[in-house]
Amino acid sequence: MLRHIAKRLVFMIPLLIGITIICFTVMHLAPGSPTDLQTQMNPKAGAEMKERLRAMYDLDKPLHQQYLSWISKLVVLDLGRSFSPDNRPVADKILERLPITIFINVLSMILIIIVAIPIGVLSAVHQDALFDKITGILVFVGFSIPTFWLALLLMILFGITLGWLPISGIRSLNYEYFSPFSAFTDLTKHLVLPVLISAFGGLAGLSRYMRSSMLEVIRQDYITTARAKGLSERVVIYKHALRNALLPIITILGLSIPGLIGGSVIFETIFAIPGMGQLFYMSVMARDYPVIMGILVIGAVLTLLGNLIADVSYALADPRIRVA
Amino acid sequence: MADSTIKRDFWSRFSKNKMAVAGSAVVILLFIVSLLAPWISPYDPGEINLQMILSPPSGSHLLGTDQLGRDVLSRMIWGSRISLKVGFVATGVAIVIGTILGATAGYYGRWIDATIMRFVDIMLCFPAFFLILAVIAFLEPSIWNIMIVIGITGWMGITRLVRADFISIKERDYVQAARAIGASDGRIIFFHILPNAMASVLVAATLGVAGAILTESALSFLGIGVQPPIPSWGNILTAGKDNIDIAWWLSLYPGLAILITVLGYNLLGEGIRDSLDPRLK
Repeated sequence: MLRHIAKRLVFMIPLLIGITIICFTVMHLAPGSPTDLQTQMNPKAGAEMKERLRAMYDLDKPLHQQYLSWISKLVVLDLGRSFSPDNRPVADKILERLPITIFINVLSMILIIIVAIPIGVLSAVHQDALFDKITGILVFVGFSIPTFWLALLLMILFGITLGWLPISGIRSLNYEYFSPFSAFTDLTKHLVLPVLISAFGGLAGLSRYMRSSMLEVIRQDYITTARAKGLSERVVIYKHALRNALLPIITILGLSIPGLIGGSVIFETIFAIPGMGQLFYMSVMARDYPVIMGILVIGAVLTLLGNLIADVSYALADPRIRVA
Repeated sequence: MADSTIKRDFWSRFSKNKMAVAGSAVVILLFIVSLLAPWISPYDPGEINLQMILSPPSGSHLLGTDQLGRDVLSRMIWGSRISLKVGFVATGVAIVIGTILGATAGYYGRWIDATIMRFVDIMLCFPAFFLILAVIAFLEPSIWNIMIVIGITGWMGITRLVRADFISIKERDYVQAARAIGASDGRIIFFHILPNAMASVLVAATLGVAGAILTESALSFLGIGVQPPIPSWGNILTAGKDNIDIAWWLSLYPGLAILITVLGYNLLGEGIRDSLDPRLK
């Protein structure tokens, strides 16, 4: 088991190096220099100041040196300073916004699991019944719906027409004066729509995977055996079949992480949530080089970590790997 | 002879498949609308009418007007051209890259395969939307750049499919026979293996078009995609968000158009899959 994890960790190293190279390449594909943005708007900035800025950000050195200096700082989480007027360290800017993004993504992951798995199991057990057909259609629509549009519609319905839920931010303006209980309900109300929206795409996908995984297991011999020896259908499905059908789902959950993290740009921008996705969006608009690079790396590393967790949980859940 | 039987079988299954027929109908409709845009749109999509700002759907403006008094229906009709273009160009780029890399990896195997597939693994670590946003931030957000970037970040699935097909097909007897009579690698790849690997690519491509349209609309919605005044379904929705409390029609209709279009391509893709190989159903 430990060897399995160790092997996975070693396997991650070339991926990490590849990730940094791609990030670095992406940022240098573009024409124009990031210092243009700081100097163009400033009539006082002359050629000499531009050069000074370029030197300050290492932009005057050859590419491989820029990469090496970037990577040696990256190892100690020194992502440089933001180009924005506040000029703060990139790592600080990202780290203060990371928790809310991870929090919402974990909530939506939980929502996906507790909704999609029962749906998948039920539609597999009652294959081609009415429930299966309806969920089949819903899944198709779910795959095709633009989530940001769904967010707009839900904002109109629950936020404006019905007035039940707030449509931006994660807390009310007078938050500080709330009792702990009303502070909690305030936060919950703010999170309902964002979590729902970020979970939506995954819901459709996972319930389909659960269905096909379950269908596959139900057809196996040992299920027939379990039925033949007189076990009740409930025990057969929920004890014998479900356990094995859940195994591939662990991997699928791991694979769905980049989608969730990428989606945070959309829902955080729409709902004005101060997380990493919103920071990324603002940095893209402001062409804030170091922040964009930092978030790209961190997004990819989070994905790697998610896959590692999925791998380890798979190994823990499957005795065939655990024992070997 | 055998070839035409396969095609006949495909078409007979395809035309009996409800999903496939519905999907084709949507896609054909999209083609017609975007082709006929200059003739069927009731107004000039850029025509500003300050007397009619944010007026709700009515007889003269069937789907209402936007914050500059422009006709929403006309802008949506012209916006369909963007969706059509994005779908095809982005997917085209993804197919070319994916097929070349997948064929190379699958055919040559060994370290070439290992290198290419590690590259695929690395690319898959990036949240696709992050990568697209980052690249676009540093290029001009023109429609062509967007289409190409969506393609460049979306070829990994196709690479895996093509590689898997190549690995299984290259061992077949007829390929061995071609090699035995001295056919070159290029000839074997392009004339003997690739045609048999195109089926799964076709399905992936159709589903890819749906994904590309969704991505473009999200980008345009965020203001990083198609730039105003060029109308796209995504950037009409941006106006919808800005006027969310007073103009629901700006949010409802363009999104519905995206949903129906994407649904159409998805249905078509699934339909093709089922018709190509009924066993997969």
